[in-house]
Amino acid sequence: MTQAPILEIRGLSKAFGPVKALSDVQFELRRGEIHALCGENGAGKSTLMNMIAGVLQPDQGDILIDDKPVSIHSPAAAQRLGIALVHQEIALCQDATVAENIYMAAINNRRVPLMNFQKLYADAQKIMDLLAPIPVRTRVADLSISNQQLVEIAKALTLDCKVLMLDEPTAALTESEAQRLFSIVRGLRERGISVVYISHRMAEIFSLCDRVTVFRDGRYVATDQVAAVSPDDVVRKMVGREITQLYPDKLAPQEPGRLLLSVEGLSDGRRFADVDLRLRAGEILGIGGLIGAGRSEIAQTICGLRPMTSGTVALDGKQLRLRSYGDAVKAGLVYLSEDRKGSGVFLDLPIAANISALDLARLTGRLGLLDRQAEDRQARELTGRLGVRMAGIEATVSTLSGGNQQKVAIAKQLSVDPKVIIMDEPTRGIDVGAKVEIHRLLRQLAGSGVGVIVISSELPELIGLCDRVLVVREGRIAGELTASELGEEAIIMLASGVQDSSVQRQAQNVA
Amino acid sequence: MHAETKAAGRRINFAQLASMREAGLIVIILALCIAMSFASPHFLTWGNFRAMLMSFSIEGIVVVGMTVLLIVGGIDLSVGAVVCFSMVVSGALFLAGLDPWTASLIGIGVSALIGAAMGFFVTVIGLNHFITSLAAMVIVRGMCLVVTKGTPLSLFTLPPTFKAIGQGSFNNIPYVILIFVVVVAIFDFLLRRATAFRKVFYTGSNEKAAQFSGIRTNQVKFWVTVLCSTLAGLAGVIYMARFGAATPTFGAGMELNIIAAAVIGGASLNGGSGTIFGAILGMALLSVVTSSLILLDVSVYWQDMIKGCILLAAVSIDHFLHRKKS
Repeated sequence: MTQAPILEIRGLSKAFGPVKALSDVQFELRRGEIHALCGENGAGKSTLMNMIAGVLQPDQGDILIDDKPVSIHSPAAAQRLGIALVHQEIALCQDATVAENIYMAAINNRRVPLMNFQKLYADAQKIMDLLAPIPVRTRVADLSISNQQLVEIAKALTLDCKVLMLDEPTAALTESEAQRLFSIVRGLRERGISVVYISHRMAEIFSLCDRVTVFRDGRYVATDQVAAVSPDDVVRKMVGREITQLYPDKLAPQEPGRLLLSVEGLSDGRRFADVDLRLRAGEILGIGGLIGAGRSEIAQTICGLRPMTSGTVALDGKQLRLRSYGDAVKAGLVYLSEDRKGSGVFLDLPIAANISALDLARLTGRLGLLDRQAEDRQARELTGRLGVRMAGIEATVSTLSGGNQQKVAIAKQLSVDPKVIIMDEPTRGIDVGAKVEIHRLLRQLAGSGVGVIVISSELPELIGLCDRVLVVREGRIAGELTASELGEEAIIMLASGVQDSSVQRQAQNVA
Repeated sequence: MHAETKAAGRRINFAQLASMREAGLIVIILALCIAMSFASPHFLTWGNFRAMLMSFSIEGIVVVGMTVLLIVGGIDLSVGAVVCFSMVVSGALFLAGLDPWTASLIGIGVSALIGAAMGFFVTVIGLNHFITSLAAMVIVRGMCLVVTKGTPLSLFTLPPTFKAIGQGSFNNIPYVILIFVVVVAIFDFLLRRATAFRKVFYTGSNEKAAQFSGIRTNQVKFWVTVLCSTLAGLAGVIYMARFGAATPTFGAGMELNIIAAAVIGGASLNGGSGTIFGAILGMALLSVVTSSLILLDVSVYWQDMIKGCILLAAVSIDHFLHRKKS
């Protein structure tokens, strides 16, 4: 086929301050193809998508639509060019109805002063029904995360676009919803719409896409026909080295020490039930599962951040009775939130004050006054140990890069000498280098006898870092995988609740 | 990633920014004073300074509480009403035969209870500070009218030892100013050094992160709300001693002046930042401006307008210096 590309990227570069997010990358999207874009977190996929969608401006290079160079200076300009982007993160107006969200762009462009709600609802329902029978008069806030994701996709479908970019659209979807999405995406291809499909999941890429382009560390690596390569080839190109080198050595099989944390029959009466969990000294326990499966809720409940309705938590053989998170911290059980900016760090406060926040009592002298010198000493010691790159401990956390902010958040947890540390997505949104450092640090902590639990949505992280992985599905422990059983397929199957054979059958059915 | 790296370019840190602002305010106040000393011979006199200090000393006590409340991310529109209520309750109790000291303590205690009630609605019911204190302002104003039946209480029978709080002086320095300086010094020190007040910054900077650090943010917000009302109550009692009267409409609009001073001094309405010293400088600036306008014979009708413009300018400058999280 000798089709002219509908979208072409030439020599594009983008830097954020000293960090080069993209250097001299290229990309070509043909008319009517589904083109996968892969790469690890921080490889620059989202940056490229944001530039094509007009959210960011390139420093150098050209974007060509139908062979003509264009400058896309705003999301509205991208829409006029027929480009639609479905973000990985949900960006809907929570208090508006599904229909109002789906037609937000159209409403914004309307010249007529009054709304025709009857028509709005009817049109929106027609589009929504293509994906799932979600009533469009519902408030978005009342929908589950996976349904919100479907609304995002429906919203993009209304834009009458030529190029549709989907950024990890299945991250929050169940297997059957994902399958429905795939058939819709194929339908769009039939109608001549070109699709850029960002995903980590090799199975999806290989059943859905025509070609695949790989980025690594902000650079273009290769573009291949999917039919001509194997998943292993793609993974190797993404990583650029053997996967095992990215992660520190694991524990020898018979090594785990005494029981540190033991959770039995934990329920919160709402999001999860009957959770059992055991953590031994020296090991890193992974918790996997889909977003919204209840992983964070389980961890927060263990630490006393949310109320439990039944079950027991024992630390070091002693049963805990936690009235608040403060009690958990005193006992030596700490939790690192997944939402770094939202609930992990105090962006406007100095680094030293961030690190001391977890246990002010140990820095407080008589008369209730804070010992500032001890606070600074502690901050210097921990930032040095973790290798935080900063101007000084009195600088605010907002001046740090994402990876260093995360190190400060971890330093805060370490300041209380915890016995068990639960990390929720410890490397989300940070660059590859800092990620490796944090993984080494976690392994070191485990080696020194601290119990480490890592919740992660990144399968390579669970597989590479953890000695054992529990998979959560819809609020229950779906299964446990030991080091020898760990693999992407195994985790996905437990997480989505589909058996091996049925995945293959589904794949064949749709192919 | 975008926002983080953008912020990484800015190397001004929080403490520097605060001291920069305070230094800036001092420069502006000094420049105004020097300019005024040429414009009016009455300006650079001890009498005028004393009058200016007196004029903002009592309000300054309320500013201290308001600043702490702004740091925690709250606001209190009811302070003017609470000042007045403390005044009329103490006054009415005195007229009913109580000794003025006990009456004053009860007045302050009742103010603390009003703060506790607001704290309850904010932390337990979950309303925001703005709406809660707006309602409290209207309710407490109404209570002032109920207590006084709408007429001012004349308290000329107050014993001289009590009146001295508001009218007397020590070595030619009025007690009012001494009380103000002591309150400011204590709270400025505590805010910088005390562990309990550090929690105020954590809560105001990022309430969720504070909760995830084991801080009971609702307790923090509750007690800061109580503190703000209590200091307003203290101010009300001092006003009573100063005027020897309790007027049911006293302090109307005072809350705006107080919030303006704290904001000019660097307190953020988003919480997480602010200093007592800065807020007092903000108050001083407003006071110097008022005094200047009077000495320059500027019509009273223009004065509020000019003060409003100063507030707008200060907040705009702050916005440009502090632009972040964009």
